[in-house]
Amino acid sequence: MSTETEEIRGLGHRVKRKEDDRFIRGKGTYIDDIKLPGMLHMAILRSPYAHATITGIDTSKAQAVPGVVAVVTGELMAQHKLAWMPTLSGDTQAVLATDKVRFQGQEVAAVIAEDLYTAKDALELIAVEYEPIEPVVTPQRAMESDAPVIRTDKEGQDSNHIYHWESGDKDATDKAFADAEAVVALDTFYPRSHPAPVETCGCVADINPATGQATIYMTSQAPHAIRTVFALVAGLPEEKIRIVSPDIGGGFGNKVPVYPGYVVATAASLLLGRPVKWIEDRTENLISTGFARDFHMHGEMALKKDGTMTGLRVSLLADEGAFHADAQPSKFKVGLFHIVTGSYDLPAAHVTADGAYTNKAPGGVAYRCSFRVTEASYLIERLVQNAAYELGMDPADLRLKNFIDKDQFPYTSATGFVYDSGDYHAAMNMALEKVSYRELRKEQEEARARGELVGIGLASFTEIVGAGPHKDYDILGLKMSDGAELRIHPTGKAILKISVQTQGQGHETTFAQIVAEEIGIQPEDVKVMHGDTDNTPYGLGTYASRSTPVSGAATAMVTRRVREKAAKIAAHLLEVSEEDVEFAKGKFSVKGAPDKVVTIQDVAFAAYTNFPDGMEAGLEGVYYYDPPNLTFPFGTYAVVVEVDPDTGVWKVRRMVAVDDCGVRINPMIVEGQIHGGLCEGFGIAAMEQITFDEDGNCIGANFTDYLLPTAWETPRFELGETVTPSPHHPIGAKGVGESATVGSPAAFVNAVIDALWPLGVRNIDMPLTSAKVWEAIQAAGGSKKT
Amino acid sequence: MKISVKVNGTERTADVEPRLLLVHLIRETFGLTGTHEGCDTTSCGACTVLLDGTPVKSCTLFGVQADGREVTTVEGLAAGAELHPVQVAFKEEHGLQCGFCTSGMMLVGKALLERNPDPSDDDVRWAISGNICRCTGYMNIVKAIQLAARIKAGATEPAKV
Amino acid sequence: MLPAPFEYHRPSSLEEAVQLLSSLDEAKVLAGGQSLIPLLKFRFAAPAHLVDVNRVPGLDGIKEEGSVLRIGALVRHNQIASSDLVSARYPVLAAAAPQIADPIVRNLGTVGGSLAHADPAGDWGAVMLAVGASVVARSTRGEREIPIADFLQDIFTTALSSDEILTEVRVPAPAPRAGGAYLKLERKVGDFATVAAAVHVSMDDGTIGRAGIGLTAVGNKNIEPAEAESALAGKEPNEELFAEAGRLAATASNPVTDVRGSAEYKRHVVEVFVRRGLARAIEMAREA
Repeated sequence: MSTETEEIRGLGHRVKRKEDDRFIRGKGTYIDDIKLPGMLHMAILRSPYAHATITGIDTSKAQAVPGVVAVVTGELMAQHKLAWMPTLSGDTQAVLATDKVRFQGQEVAAVIAEDLYTAKDALELIAVEYEPIEPVVTPQRAMESDAPVIRTDKEGQDSNHIYHWESGDKDATDKAFADAEAVVALDTFYPRSHPAPVETCGCVADINPATGQATIYMTSQAPHAIRTVFALVAGLPEEKIRIVSPDIGGGFGNKVPVYPGYVVATAASLLLGRPVKWIEDRTENLISTGFARDFHMHGEMALKKDGTMTGLRVSLLADEGAFHADAQPSKFKVGLFHIVTGSYDLPAAHVTADGAYTNKAPGGVAYRCSFRVTEASYLIERLVQNAAYELGMDPADLRLKNFIDKDQFPYTSATGFVYDSGDYHAAMNMALEKVSYRELRKEQEEARARGELVGIGLASFTEIVGAGPHKDYDILGLKMSDGAELRIHPTGKAILKISVQTQGQGHETTFAQIVAEEIGIQPEDVKVMHGDTDNTPYGLGTYASRSTPVSGAATAMVTRRVREKAAKIAAHLLEVSEEDVEFAKGKFSVKGAPDKVVTIQDVAFAAYTNFPDGMEAGLEGVYYYDPPNLTFPFGTYAVVVEVDPDTGVWKVRRMVAVDDCGVRINPMIVEGQIHGGLCEGFGIAAMEQITFDEDGNCIGANFTDYLLPTAWETPRFELGETVTPSPHHPIGAKGVGESATVGSPAAFVNAVIDALWPLGVRNIDMPLTSAKVWEAIQAAGGSKKT
Repeated sequence: MKISVKVNGTERTADVEPRLLLVHLIRETFGLTGTHEGCDTTSCGACTVLLDGTPVKSCTLFGVQADGREVTTVEGLAAGAELHPVQVAFKEEHGLQCGFCTSGMMLVGKALLERNPDPSDDDVRWAISGNICRCTGYMNIVKAIQLAARIKAGATEPAKV
Repeated sequence: MLPAPFEYHRPSSLEEAVQLLSSLDEAKVLAGGQSLIPLLKFRFAAPAHLVDVNRVPGLDGIKEEGSVLRIGALVRHNQIASSDLVSARYPVLAAAAPQIADPIVRNLGTVGGSLAHADPAGDWGAVMLAVGASVVARSTRGEREIPIADFLQDIFTTALSSDEILTEVRVPAPAPRAGGAYLKLERKVGDFATVAAAVHVSMDDGTIGRAGIGLTAVGNKNIEPAEAESALAGKEPNEELFAEAGRLAATASNPVTDVRGSAEYKRHVVEVFVRRGLARAIEMAREA
């Protein structure tokens, strides 16, 4: 079949997604769709108390319910040394509580029954006796010397303090502040939120009693790492463990950790010799699985009177919950938070961070945060905005004045990151133009004179993704290289096996496009396999926007490796030497004789039928990519809002988002990622929060309390792009999955603050509900013209 | 209780407990897993099906209430091999990412177009405000439903799906 | 969670339905189910019997008879929202219906069910107070009409006995020049109201004839601020009057501080909404 005139749909093409064919027909395979013969259903009993000693458990009534096969308690798990498990942060977490419960919603027991309704019925019949202990509900309280110690299970842990971590140069920073002509400070709280993908977490654990083969279907963004953890923890031989994540209904970091439910279901399957399905409901998802953020931050910036930034000082207190279970590279206790100098040429910075245990669910690193970059970006962009007002400068101009200039890249930041490339001025100027910024400022003045509150908010973020070089990055010691395996079949089709996997990002299409670009086989002819640890190379998983920077790079490199061999075969077919062969768009031709051509399909066939003596048959390769550096996507977002001073209600009139993620593999998919992230950022800014009352009761454990924006509240987004390739990435791509959640919350909040600044409002912590906006206006003295 | 439900045009019978939720009747008893469960407070709409042509949240109905009635699920959108315009349009406009909310969105879109063949941006956003999506930010879902309207009106050739 | 087991009954006539309610112990009526079924799923309620009245004929009509609009108890929220009759002549109802819950829930939720459920954050209670409606209850003992103000008694508590079922809501036909509005503050579509206000006015020449106001989510039941209403009756409409009525309505309300806002905030929004609602309703009445 001739591909002479057909364009190769590689990088930059808006290729429609292959995966859609099954989803639009309702033929996806999500975990709850899996039914195995003899399968049992598991339900988990959870603690109503935030902090209590367990003084007794009676499961006899539950066990007697017809259809109940087993009731599992912490005691039973302890007999198999499975009552506790390691976390991805090197701490331990209870699988089923034995001594105490440490957060409301913690797993206490599990019922395994023939059907789900029976399992839920039996839960009601388990009698647990608790003796409540004073709950520790804030990290500030946790750090007080007389606070109850939560981790009484840990030897040597005599407080609730988990870690102290620092980055940057304290002395240089102190000097910058001592010499400063102006200092601006901000205290801000980034509230606890939750990724809340529409599909909750779950698994089907199938341990075959005859073969010992353990197949665990799991909602997992990191199946290989989880497999290794299971092998180490459960004592199952790793070659007998197969983790399969078929279709996942959204991850956003919620599906990275190992949850107690997975471990209990696996243990139950092992003990009972039948498959066990566990699917959490929404309440369980919100009350117990990996939350996001919950950082109490204090930021200070030192500046000259003319607006030049000279220093940044940040201290933060992280609310980690009852177990330290956030997933991030082990060297960095607060992930990549020290990117907090952001897009600015800041010569001196110092960050101190402390983490505390509280009686809440464990987690922290999730919800498209790029390892705490959301928190950092929010702080610096709020601080910069306030600094502009304090200095009497326009917030756009203060940013433009201090941006790292495009000629300064690669740029080493005050906290040691080497930013690969960027052109912050271009993105900002494009955003300002698209939103008609300068005209809007005039309009705002006129509106203010009429008592109307219009606000324009900016955020110029620098992201950091693609973890990461093995020198500095590992999780539980596992290095973060990711692999790709490519095999081309005789008829010129191919199969690509990757170590990351999609929860909606479109990998089955985009990764095929990388292969297409590199070797000329069309994306629809490249089958992409993922999410099955038996059939894909090892990797650390999909999160922190690392798929394109790491696995995408591995894919490009493996395809080039395969292309090298293909060139040799082509030379053989063309009867010339290798140096005389050139390749373009799927064709190998002889230099200077463009009519002498063989296609990649010809070469593929020849790889099995007509290859040089001494050469192995086949056309395939494996490549594990160790990224030399992270990548640094960036952008500027601009939001225009109108605030009703009588009710505090604010509405987005316009939102412009200019993103630069380097080379875009599939612009349609990139735009979709940005839309989704902007909507989540809006939700965080406007309505999403998990709170706790003074007894540690979780408020926000269902969708009537944890509010997600619908299409009606969500603003329309106008996108723009600049393209500054990454110089170290094989295809110049940087990754984009989390840019919008990183950059947008500050843009929304800055817009509302911009509207209210003349009224005396200086800060409102998210979520900016209408009630909080109104209260802030009242507290600042009510509506008054300035 | 013995019930008989017409599901996607086919009569199906079952003998079920009254408390069995309609979503479980569809997924477990009838084996149609294209309808999904996303929450426990009738908030997310992932379980949306059509009951006698009207969108309902199947997690907030009992299966026995569908006795003698017609249920349309995502599996019933296509007519044999021919996809419904909403299905074509969702792929064309990249109106789905993880696909979990998509069944509900498409069925609501189908019902909307039957009473409003030319919906505005606001009309669509209002109609889908009972369905939550976390992936798309709704932009392309709106475009997809509006493209489906144009396909239905014969104004656009559906691209090959 | 999933519901506890129950016995399911599906009467095919009103007679059968009331017979069941009088003979069964611990029976709940299942109409739209959009409030009841979530409670059952969380096991906040576990009645031994459910009486599904969805197949009882004659309860789903909307018709004007003489000077009364008769709304069957089984009329769905969306039926009201798409009724030409209601949108032409009953503006408060027309304004409120599309704002209840979300568009899918509105396909099943019923007016009767909503009133019988008597959630203080329910929208129909405030609307019916503003328009001076009454409800009709039936049992094996007969039928009675109950003015809405007497019907709504306390949080989740109405005047209905356990063997009674709502069959109808009766709304007095409005005066020739009438207007109405329903202003609802909600954090997002589908959330309960933070505060909502229903306003109904009729004009007598240049002055206000009757004014009706109903409030949502600011007390242990929907509230009718009588002082605010009497301050309006017979007066010439102007901004100051609306502001005064707003203040009186705010004083009559009794909100609690919770996740949706402080009591002070909610009271303030009552004032704003009643003021704005009156302006809107008067304008509509003048154009009528």
